Amino acid sequence: MSAKTITADAPVQFYDLDEHAHPEGHSTMLGFWIYLMSDCLIFAILFACYAVLGGSYAAGPAPKDLFDLKLIALNTAMLLFSSITYGFAVLQMQQGKVKGVQIWLAVTALFGLAFLGIELYEFHHLIEIGATPQRSAFLSSFFTLVGTHGLHVTFGIIWLVTLMFQLSKHGLIAANKRRVMCLSMFWHFLDVVWIGVFTFVYLMGVLR
Amino acid sequence: MTIPHPAPETGPILGKLSLEALPLHEPILVITFIGVVLGGIAVLGLITKFRLWGYLWTEWFTTVDHKRIGIMYMILGLIMFLRGFADAIMMRLQQAMAFGGSEGYLTPHHYDQVFTAHGVIMIFFVAMPFITGLMNYVVPLQIGARDVSFPFLNNFSFWMTTAGAVLTMVSLFIGEYAQTGWLAYPPLSGIAYSPNVGVDYYIWGLQIAGVGTTLSGINLIVTILKLRAPGMGLMKMPVFTWTSLCANILIVASFPILTATLVLLTLDRYVGTNFFTNDLGGSPMMYVNLIWIWGHPEVYILVLPLFGVFSEVTSTFSGKRLFGYTSMVYATICITILSYLVWLHHFFTMGSGASVNSFFGITTMVISIPTGAKLFNWLFTMYRGRIRFELPMMWTVAFMLTFVIGGMTGVLLAVPPADFVLHNSLFLIAHFHNVIIGGVLFGLFAAINYWWPKAFGYKLDVFWGKISFWCWVVGFWVAFTPLYILGLMGVTRRMRVFDDPSLQIWFVIAGIGALIVAAGIGAMLVQFAVSIWRRKELRDETGGDPWDGRTLEWATSSPPPDYNFAFTPVIHDLDAWYDMKTRGHQRPVDGYRDIHMPSNTGTGMILSGFCLVMGFALVWHIWWLVALSFAATIVGAIYHTFNYKRDFDIPAATVTAVEEARTRQLAAGA
Repeated sequence: MSAKTITADAPVQFYDLDEHAHPEGHSTMLGFWIYLMSDCLIFAILFACYAVLGGSYAAGPAPKDLFDLKLIALNTAMLLFSSITYGFAVLQMQQGKVKGVQIWLAVTALFGLAFLGIELYEFHHLIEIGATPQRSAFLSSFFTLVGTHGLHVTFGIIWLVTLMFQLSKHGLIAANKRRVMCLSMFWHFLDVVWIGVFTFVYLMGVLR
Repeated sequence: MTIPHPAPETGPILGKLSLEALPLHEPILVITFIGVVLGGIAVLGLITKFRLWGYLWTEWFTTVDHKRIGIMYMILGLIMFLRGFADAIMMRLQQAMAFGGSEGYLTPHHYDQVFTAHGVIMIFFVAMPFITGLMNYVVPLQIGARDVSFPFLNNFSFWMTTAGAVLTMVSLFIGEYAQTGWLAYPPLSGIAYSPNVGVDYYIWGLQIAGVGTTLSGINLIVTILKLRAPGMGLMKMPVFTWTSLCANILIVASFPILTATLVLLTLDRYVGTNFFTNDLGGSPMMYVNLIWIWGHPEVYILVLPLFGVFSEVTSTFSGKRLFGYTSMVYATICITILSYLVWLHHFFTMGSGASVNSFFGITTMVISIPTGAKLFNWLFTMYRGRIRFELPMMWTVAFMLTFVIGGMTGVLLAVPPADFVLHNSLFLIAHFHNVIIGGVLFGLFAAINYWWPKAFGYKLDVFWGKISFWCWVVGFWVAFTPLYILGLMGVTRRMRVFDDPSLQIWFVIAGIGALIVAAGIGAMLVQFAVSIWRRKELRDETGGDPWDGRTLEWATSSPPPDYNFAFTPVIHDLDAWYDMKTRGHQRPVDGYRDIHMPSNTGTGMILSGFCLVMGFALVWHIWWLVALSFAATIVGAIYHTFNYKRDFDIPAATVTAVEEARTRQLAAGA
C-alpha cells in the first residue's frame, strides 16, 4: 500500500455531520433545460430534412405557389405576443400575484389558440388545393416540421390549462413557481423554433 | 419461396388483427408459445402461492430506489439476452445446415425475422438495459448521493423500456416481426415492400423504449452534475462516473435523432408521406444517414460505461491508483465528440465520393488513438501492481486481448477501399461482435462479478464463474474466427442458404463455437443459482468492502440501506474511499438525523402500461383503442402532476437502528 496520502495534519472531516436535505426540485430547471435541448435536436432533424428535401417538388407546387406571407406574418405575431404575455405572467409571479399570473396565462393561451387556429386554416387550405403531405417530399417535410411545432404548442396549451387549475388550487407555492418557470422555458423555446420556421421555411421559401 | 400473407383487411373493431395473425403454421413458434405459456403460468402460480404480489408491487414495481430499479434493469436485460441468444443459435444452426440443396429448417420469412429480432433485441433490450441498470445502481453510490435527481422519472423510464421489450416479444406470437435487418432501411421497410405489421412492431417497440432511454439519460446527467458529495469536483469523480456522464450525454444527444427518424418512417408507412420513398422526391439514403447519426454514437453509449468498469476493476485488483486518470477522462471526452463525426463509415459504398469518404475514414481511424491511450493506461496500471486474478480481473484481461483485435479489424474496415470489398460481409459481422461481445458483454460480466457483493452482500461462486469465463472466451473465438475468414472470402451477411459446399465447414465450426458460448451462458446461470443457494457461505464478512475497493460505493454496507449513506461523505481525493481508509477515517456512530427520501409510486408502471396498449393498437391499426389509450396516458400524466406530496422522511430512529446493526456487524468482522 502506498503511504503517499498518509499525513499527520489536523483531523480531516470525512463526513458531512451537519447535512441539510437538498431543497425539493433543486435540479428540475437543469433537467428541464436538458430535455429542451433533446427536443431541439428533434427539430434540428426536421429542419435538416426540410433543407435536404425542401427543393424536391416532384413537379408539384413550390413555396411561392403556396405560402401567403401576410397570413404567416399574422400567425407569427400571435406567437410572439403570446411569449410577451407569458413574460408578464412571470413578472406577476415574482410580485406574488396569483390572479395576475392566471390572467396573463389565460391571455397567453388565447394567443396560442389563435396561432393554432390560423395554422390549421392554412393546412386545411393547402390540402384543399391538392398540396397534401403526400404530394411531394417538399410538402412531406413542410407539414412534418410545421406540424410538429404545432403539436408542441397544443401540448403547451394543455399544460397551461393544467397549471391554471393547479395555481387556483395551491397558489404560488414553490412547486407551482417551478412549473411556471419550466413552462416559460418551453413556451419561449417554441417561439425560438418558430422564428427558425418563419425564416427558413416561409421567408426563404418565397424568395427561392 | 412464397410471400407469407397479403396485407390484411382493416376492420373497425380489431383493425388488421384477426386469427390469421397467430402463427399457427410455424411449429417452432407454436412450441415456443406453449413453453412460454406453461412457464408463465408456473411463475405466476408460484408468485401467487407464496403471496408475493404485494411484496413485488410495494417493494419492486413501484420503487423509486435507484438500486432496485438498477437490479430490475439487469433482470430485464438477462431475460431478453436469453431470447436474443436463442435467435443466434437458430441462425448458426440454419447456416450450418443449408448446404448442398438443403433449405435448412427456417423459411425465408422466419429466418429474416430471426436475424432482425436478434440485432434489435441484443442492442436495445439487452445491452441498453444492462448498461442503464449498471449506471443506475452504481453512479449514485459512487458520487455519495441518496438517489438520482428524478426518482419517479427513473421508475417510469424503466417501465417504458420494459413496455418496449414486451411489445417486441408480443410480435413473436401475434403477427410477425420486421424482416428488414436491425436498422430497417427503406425502401425495404416502407409500406410497399413491408406491408404487414412487422416493421410497425419494430417502430413502436423502439419508440416506447426510446422515451425511457432518453429520460433516464437526462436523469443521470443531472444526477452526476448536481448530486455529487461535497468536495467531489469533476476531476475527482470516479472514472466509471465519468464514462457514465459521457454515455448519458451521448444518449440525450442521439436518441432524439432516432425518435425523429422513426417518426418520419412511421409517417411514410401510415400517412403516405414521401421522406424515404423512391417516388415524388423522397430519399432512402437520407434515412441511412439519419439512422447512423444516431447509430454510431449508440455503440459508444454501449461501450463507454464498460471502459469505466475496466478502469475501476484494473485499479482495484492491481492495488494501485489508476494510471493516467486525467488522460483517461480526456480520452473519454474525445471519443464522445468523435463518435459524432464518423457515421458515414457505415456506408462508404453509398458513393459520396473520395473526399467525403476520406474524411470519414480518417475520423474513424482517429478514434483508435484515445481508445489506444485507454488501453495503455490499463496496462500501465497493471504494471508493477499486485494483481489479484479474481473473476472481474479475468474478464478485464480477456477484454483487453479480445477488444484489441476487434479494434484493429475496425481500423481495417475504416479504410474506404478495403470497405468496398468487405462491406456487408461476414467480416463486418465478426468485427462488431468482436467489439460488442469483447467490450460490452465481457465488461458487463466483469461488472456483475465486481458489484454483485455490493448489491446482495455475498460474492458470486468462483468455480462456476471460471467455467463460464472459459466457455465464453473460447466459444467466442471459435464462433467468430470462421466469420472473419468467410468474410475475407466474400460471403455476405444475412444469407439463408449457400451453394458453395467448401464453405460449410466454417459454418459448422462457428456453430460449435455458439454451442460453447451457450455452455458459458448455462454456467453463468448455474453460477447465479449456486451463489444464491450458498449465500451464507459466500457472505461478505468485511461489511461492505470485499475487494479492498477504492471508490465510495464500498464505503457503505452491502446491500446499502435505502438512503445509501447515513452521513454524506466529504471527498478530499480521487479514490475517495481508499483515501478515507488510509487516513483512518472514523465512521460516525451516533447523531443520526431524519433523512428525506422520495416516496414510491405506481404511476410509472401504469402510464407505461397505457403506452404499451397504445403501441399494440397502433401496430394493428385499432384506432379506437389508440385514441382511448392515448387519452388515458395524457390524463394519467396530468393526474400525476396534481400529487404534490412525493417525499417522506426516514425517521432518525430507523436510521439509528440500521446503522447500529452495521456497527455490530463491523465489530464482529474486525
